[in-house]
Amino acid sequence: MATETPAKKSLWDRHKIFETNIVVLMIGCLLMVSVGGLVEIAPLFYLKSTIEKVEGMRPYSPLELAGRAIYVREGCYNCHSQMVRPMRDEVERYGPYSLAAESMYDHPFQWGSKRTGPDLARVGGKYSDEWQRAHLANPRSIVPDSIMPGYPFLLKAELDVDKAVAEMKVHRLLGVPYTDDQIKNAMVDLKAQVNPDDPNSDAMLKRYPKAQVRDFDGNPEKLTEADALIAYMQMLGTLVDFKLYDNKANLR
Amino acid sequence: MAPTMTGRKTLGAGEGSLAVFFALFALLWLFIASKTTDAAYAFHAWLFVLGSIVAVVAIFKRYMARPAEAPPQEIDGLPNYNFGPIKFASVMAMFWGIAGFLVGDIIAWQLAFPALNFDLPWTNFGRLRPLHTSAVIFAFGGNVLLATSFYVVQRTCRARLAGDLSPWFVVLGYNFFILVAGTGYLLGITQGKEYAEPEWYADLWLTVVWVVYFLVFVLTVAKRKEPHIFVANWFYIAFILTIAVLHLGNNATVPVSIFSPKSVIVWSGVQDAMFQWWYGHNAVGFFLTAGFLAIMYYFVPKRANRPIYSYRLSIIHFWALIFLYIWAGPHHLHYTALPDWAQTLGMTFSVMLWMPSWGGMINGLMTLQGAWDKLRTDPVLRMMVVSVAFYGMSTFEGPLMSIKAVNSLSHYTDWTIGHVHSGALGWVGYVSFGALYCLYPWLWNKRDLYSAKLVNWHFWLSTLGIVLYVSAMWVSGIMQGLMWRAYTQLGFLEYSFVETVAAMHPYYVIRAIGGLLFVVGSLIMAWNLWKTVTSQALAIPARPAGAAVAAA
Repeated sequence: MATETPAKKSLWDRHKIFETNIVVLMIGCLLMVSVGGLVEIAPLFYLKSTIEKVEGMRPYSPLELAGRAIYVREGCYNCHSQMVRPMRDEVERYGPYSLAAESMYDHPFQWGSKRTGPDLARVGGKYSDEWQRAHLANPRSIVPDSIMPGYPFLLKAELDVDKAVAEMKVHRLLGVPYTDDQIKNAMVDLKAQVNPDDPNSDAMLKRYPKAQVRDFDGNPEKLTEADALIAYMQMLGTLVDFKLYDNKANLR
Repeated sequence: MAPTMTGRKTLGAGEGSLAVFFALFALLWLFIASKTTDAAYAFHAWLFVLGSIVAVVAIFKRYMARPAEAPPQEIDGLPNYNFGPIKFASVMAMFWGIAGFLVGDIIAWQLAFPALNFDLPWTNFGRLRPLHTSAVIFAFGGNVLLATSFYVVQRTCRARLAGDLSPWFVVLGYNFFILVAGTGYLLGITQGKEYAEPEWYADLWLTVVWVVYFLVFVLTVAKRKEPHIFVANWFYIAFILTIAVLHLGNNATVPVSIFSPKSVIVWSGVQDAMFQWWYGHNAVGFFLTAGFLAIMYYFVPKRANRPIYSYRLSIIHFWALIFLYIWAGPHHLHYTALPDWAQTLGMTFSVMLWMPSWGGMINGLMTLQGAWDKLRTDPVLRMMVVSVAFYGMSTFEGPLMSIKAVNSLSHYTDWTIGHVHSGALGWVGYVSFGALYCLYPWLWNKRDLYSAKLVNWHFWLSTLGIVLYVSAMWVSGIMQGLMWRAYTQLGFLEYSFVETVAAMHPYYVIRAIGGLLFVVGSLIMAWNLWKTVTSQALAIPARPAGAAVAAA
């Protein structure tokens, strides 16, 4: 090819550079695969319309955050979504469709991709703690046709409280707006949330409005992983008051 | 790299520095093991210590045993190919394949009979499902890609693999990553991001391995004797580069501490969702498609003994495929809180993606022109051709499902699972099986496979398995999607959620039986390959002077 002198180079001839030069080929590949990602991802960080303005969103309390870590650890996201889509049947089955703002403090997001079990975005407050405990221990004792695995071990396992507090600091580093006060009192707040008699529970509720203070696992002797997980599930989808939410306000 | 001219044996710079690296690495992990309070992480730290010590010992044992000179690049004018690491990766591919298919079938039975979860942390579906997906995609698929890419790049460049220890570092390091990732899931160490579950330290280790993989591959291409870079190698390059970009983007995390296995992902909420599916869909696009198209482009023409149908088509569909794929991620997020503009872009590009995908299928199938009769006599070729047909089918189904109206029904249901498995079992599985059936006799210097009849059995059993699997999932997925949105005449939702779960039971049993057939097929394959390697009767007598095949 090089020996001949082509009258006019066709596009196919010009492509030869990619077929013979590994560096050019690699640069070509990188350019081609960069475009889509840049166009789709980068604007999400600066377009103001991406995340709605809502009242009521706050970072997770230390106990809820610990529960969330257990939710992630056990791979609940493999079977449960946390994303109600704006369709009539979903809104009737699960509640108001999910807003981007509702997961803005979620590292990582847990929207899920499969509903082997129902959506959990608004499961908070739907069932009692007793229901959650019995269901976790043996789902078929409550829902005979359920195919969910049993998690009796969560009711026995002691919660690693240090882990939860350490994780909170990293969340703050990454932009979750925890205050100095919240970080300083993390351990106090964590323990106060499972004990309504704790003198610190009022202060805890000030720091985390709408947090629920109860002994979630029904065992006051022990702070278990079930305490944390149930506390997390009972707050899912409860922070934004949809009676007050104005979906027109976010139109731009 | 530089061959020593003298007869005296000296420790190479690569050997020395790698041994020092692993010695220091062992110390680092020993330190971590002594300080961490997390039992599962301590277990991993000890694995790293053990692995590093084994590596140091292996480097010195290899040094003692090897001749003074570095292996020659050529023997009698023929390239002196390096097959050792390829043999290792192709054996590991078979091993992880069986393990991954088996775990997949176990969790399929768990969905039909939940008592099989045994109420234990390390046997429940939530932990086993990532084990299944990682084992089949990254362990099985990854080893197939390592083995074939190292084979194809040497053959098509007529050059020995670059590096001496590096190729071994890649295959061993990669499998060590798999070990850490897999045991981590069982012990509850996960980031909670689908197909990217391994935690920060496993991710960092994989990054190191991947950079070395990239260097070995590119430097081998760079010293090629052929003027052109063969088509398959474009796809391998796109796969290696893009997976690196995706891995780094989606796994940007801040560890809680060096003594904790836990890290927190930098992105949150909607941005994290977009990053995740940018990664997730392109793990499909570049790991499971570009990489395996590379396999198709070498092994199908080779086995059919025909040239690739159209060189120009391969150019067009290569660039179109890698450009369009990256955009397709948002179709995993239809109707979610991801902004509409991104969903629309994702849908549009997913539909367009149909064309370059079928460009690849056409190029693969039409390569058979003039050799269609071989499908009757060569079950290995048949397997690969059926894989390309499955590729065509699932790359039609994919764009269809990415249309928002269709997706509103299919999303969150088993239809997605069926779609994935027609691609995974049919396309990736079969083209890998075909490649391994070709590779084993080539690598171990055998005339042919032990038994073509067993390949036939494998083919038909697993085809029946796939048909059962995919059709059961179509029915259960579409059925469940329709049941979720069914209303009574009075305007109430007709079914509670659990009624839709109960309705799927028979299909879950059928699916699990289909999966079982697929597992049985892979066991037959392993037996066949084992007999091929160990059979003396099949051995090709060594050529009198200067055998072309180098020892491991």
